[in-house]
Amino acid sequence: MEHATGFVLPNSGHNRDAEASKMGMWLFLFTELLLFGGLFLVYMVYRLLNAADFLKASHELNIAMGTTNTIVLLVSSMTIAMSITAIQKGNKKLSIILLISTIALSMVFMVIKYFEWSAKIHHGLFPGLEAYNALTPGESLYFFLYFFMTGLHALHVIIGAIFIGVVIYRTQKNRITAENFSLTENAGLYWHLVDLIWIFLFPLLYLIH
Amino acid sequence: MTTAISTYTNFFQAKKGLFSWIFSIDHKRIGLLYLYSIITFFLVGVTLGVLMRLELLNPGRDIMDPQTYNQVFTLHGVVMIFLFIIPSIPAVFGNFFLPIMIGTDDVSFPRLNLLSWWLYIIGAVLALGSLLLGWAPADTGWTFYVPYSVNTNTNVSMTVLAAFILGFSSILTGLNFIVTIHRLRTPGMSFLKMPLFVWSLYATSWIQLLATPVIGITLMMIVAERFFGIGLFDPAIGGDPVLYQHLFWIYSHPAVYIMALPAFGVISELLPTFSQRTIFGYKAIAFSSLAIAFVGYLVWGHHMFTSGMSEAGRIFFSIMTFLVAIPTAIKVFNWVATLYKGSINVQPPLLYAMAFIFLFSFGGLSGLVLGALATDIYMHDTYFVVGHFHYVMFGGTGFAFFGALHYWVPKIWGRMYNIRIANIAFSIFFIGFNMLYFPMIVLGIMGMPRRYHDYLPEFHIPNMISTIGSWVLVTGLLLMIGNLIMGIRKGKPVGRNPWNSVSLEWQTPSPPPVSNFDKMPEIPKGGPYDYSNH
Repeated sequence: MEHATGFVLPNSGHNRDAEASKMGMWLFLFTELLLFGGLFLVYMVYRLLNAADFLKASHELNIAMGTTNTIVLLVSSMTIAMSITAIQKGNKKLSIILLISTIALSMVFMVIKYFEWSAKIHHGLFPGLEAYNALTPGESLYFFLYFFMTGLHALHVIIGAIFIGVVIYRTQKNRITAENFSLTENAGLYWHLVDLIWIFLFPLLYLIH
Repeated sequence: MTTAISTYTNFFQAKKGLFSWIFSIDHKRIGLLYLYSIITFFLVGVTLGVLMRLELLNPGRDIMDPQTYNQVFTLHGVVMIFLFIIPSIPAVFGNFFLPIMIGTDDVSFPRLNLLSWWLYIIGAVLALGSLLLGWAPADTGWTFYVPYSVNTNTNVSMTVLAAFILGFSSILTGLNFIVTIHRLRTPGMSFLKMPLFVWSLYATSWIQLLATPVIGITLMMIVAERFFGIGLFDPAIGGDPVLYQHLFWIYSHPAVYIMALPAFGVISELLPTFSQRTIFGYKAIAFSSLAIAFVGYLVWGHHMFTSGMSEAGRIFFSIMTFLVAIPTAIKVFNWVATLYKGSINVQPPLLYAMAFIFLFSFGGLSGLVLGALATDIYMHDTYFVVGHFHYVMFGGTGFAFFGALHYWVPKIWGRMYNIRIANIAFSIFFIGFNMLYFPMIVLGIMGMPRRYHDYLPEFHIPNMISTIGSWVLVTGLLLMIGNLIMGIRKGKPVGRNPWNSVSLEWQTPSPPPVSNFDKMPEIPKGGPYDYSNH
C-alpha cells in the first residue's frame, strides 16, 4: 500500500496480526457449526417423528467402518495438533511430516467413506434407485439425511485437506515459521471442527438404539 | 473524476483503470464498488415494483398476465432484500467508513473483503440471470415457501443458489467487521468511545454471522429436495412444510435487523451532527443495538401465527415480539431527546433522519398490530403486511441509506451537491412514499390480500392513489440521484468538515488519502459526540 501523504497509522489493517486471523477463523467456525446446526435440527425433528423408521434404517449402516473412521479422524486431529507444536518449536521437518500424515489419514477416511457409500448405492439405497424408492417415508428421510450430512462433512474433509496442503507448501517455502505460524493454527482449528462434526454425526447416524 | 482539489493523492487518484477498482483491496474502493452495484440493483428492483403497481392501477389485466406478475414480485423481493437492503448500509458505508471512524487504514482482512464483493456480484448475476437469460424466473415469492417451491417448474434452484452465495458474502463481511472492530481501533478508542454507527455495525455483524448459515443450509435442502425428490419439506412425500418455515424465518427474521440496525447507526450519527449536541443516552443506544440483535433472534415465529403452531409457541413469540419494541423505543426517545435544545441545522441529511424517525415509528407501530395474535389473524397476508414492511424497510432503512448518502457524499468525493434541489427531491420523495404505501395500510384493513395480480372493484381508488404515488416517488428518486451525480461531478469543493462534525472521518481530507489519514486522528475528549467546544 502506498502512503501518498507520508503518514502511516500504527494500527494498520495491512500489518500482520496473528490474533486477528485466529479470531476470524473462530468466527468462521461458528458459522460452520450453525450450518450443520440447521441439519441437526432437521434430523432431530424427523427422528422424533419417525423414531422406528430411523432405528430400522440405521441398521443398514456398517458400525465397524464408522468406528474405524472415527478413530482415523481422532488420530488425524492429534497429528495436526502435534505439527503445530513442532513448528512452534522450530522443527520444520517434523511439522511437515505430521501434516502429511494428517492428509494421509484424511484420505484413509475418504476411502472408507467411499466403500460405505458405494455399498449403499450398490444396494440401491440412494435417492432415485429402486430399493430407495420402496422405503417408507421415514426410512427414505433417514438415508437422505445420511447422504446429505456425511456428504457435506466429506466436502469439509476435502477442503480441510486442501487447506493443510497449502500449509505444507508454505512451511516448505519458509513462509510459515516458528514466529509466524497462525496459518498452521488455523488449519488445525478447522480440522478439529471437521473432526468434531463427525463426533456428532457418528452416534446420531450409526449408533441409534 | 475529482481533479486536483488538493495537493495530496486521494484514493481516486492513486491508481487508474477498471482493474484497479474491481481487484482493489482498498476498503474505500470496495465500498464504492458496492455503492455502484447496489444502486444499480436498487433501480432494477424499483422498476419491477413500478411495473407491479402499474398492473394494479385498474382492476383486471393492465400490462401483464398473472404468471408474469408472480415472477415479477418474486424477483422484486429477491432483488430488494438480498441485493439492496441487506448489503446496503453495511457494505457501502460500513466498508467505507468503519475503518476511518475507528481511525485505521483498512479492515482486518482486505482480500476477504474483495472476495465478499465478488461473491455478491456472482450472486447478483445468478439472481438476475434467470430473468435476462430468458429462463423462467422463480414465481414463489422471496420466501420460497414449500411445497410450492419444490413443485413449481420455474427456475427456483438458480434463485435459491443466488441467495445462498449472497449469504456467504454477507457472512464474510460480518466476520471482517467484527475482527476489525476488535483489533484495529485507534489507540485510546475504547468500545465505549466508538461512534454509534460502529456499534450498530458490530451488532449487525454478529447477526449476519450467526443467522445466515441457517438459511444457507435450508436453501441447500430445497435444492436437494427439488433435485432428488425427497420428502424433506413436501408433505405429500412425508416432509414437514412448517419446519421449512421455521428454518427460513430463523434467518429471515434476524435478517430484518441486519437491515434495520445499520440504519439506526446512521441516524445516531446524523442527529448529533445536525443538532451540534452530544447524543442523548449513548450507552442506552449502544447496548439497545445488542439487545435488539439478541431478542430479534428469538421472534421468528411471529411470521407463522397462522401456519400451525402450538398455542404456547404463539404466545411466546408474540411476547418476545413486543419485547423488541422496548430497545427500539429507547432509541427513538433518545434520538428525539438529542434534538432538544440543540442548535439544529436543517440540511438534507437531517431531513432524511427526521423522515426516518417518523416513517419507522409508524411502521413499527403498525408492526404491533401484526405482533398481537388476535389482530394478526385478521391482517395476515393482506396488504397491511406489505404496507408495514415497506414503511419499516424502505421508510426506515431506505431513507437512512439516502440520508447517509447525502451526509457522506461530500466526504467521499470532496464536493457538495445542490442543497436546494436535494431538499426539493426529498419532499417529492417523501410525499410519493406516503402516497404509495399508506393506501396499502388502508387496503389491508379493508381486506385486500397480498400477492394477487388483480383485485375486487371496491379496492380501486386506494390502488390508484398508490400507483400514482409510485410515479411521484420515482420522480423524487431520479431528481435526488441526478442531483447527487451533478454534485459529485461539478459541485463546489468542500473542506475536511463541511457539516462541522466531531467524528473521526471528518478529520481527514475529502476525499480521503489512500491510507485514510494524513495525521494521527484525535478522539474527542468527552466521548464520540463531544460538541462542547462547538
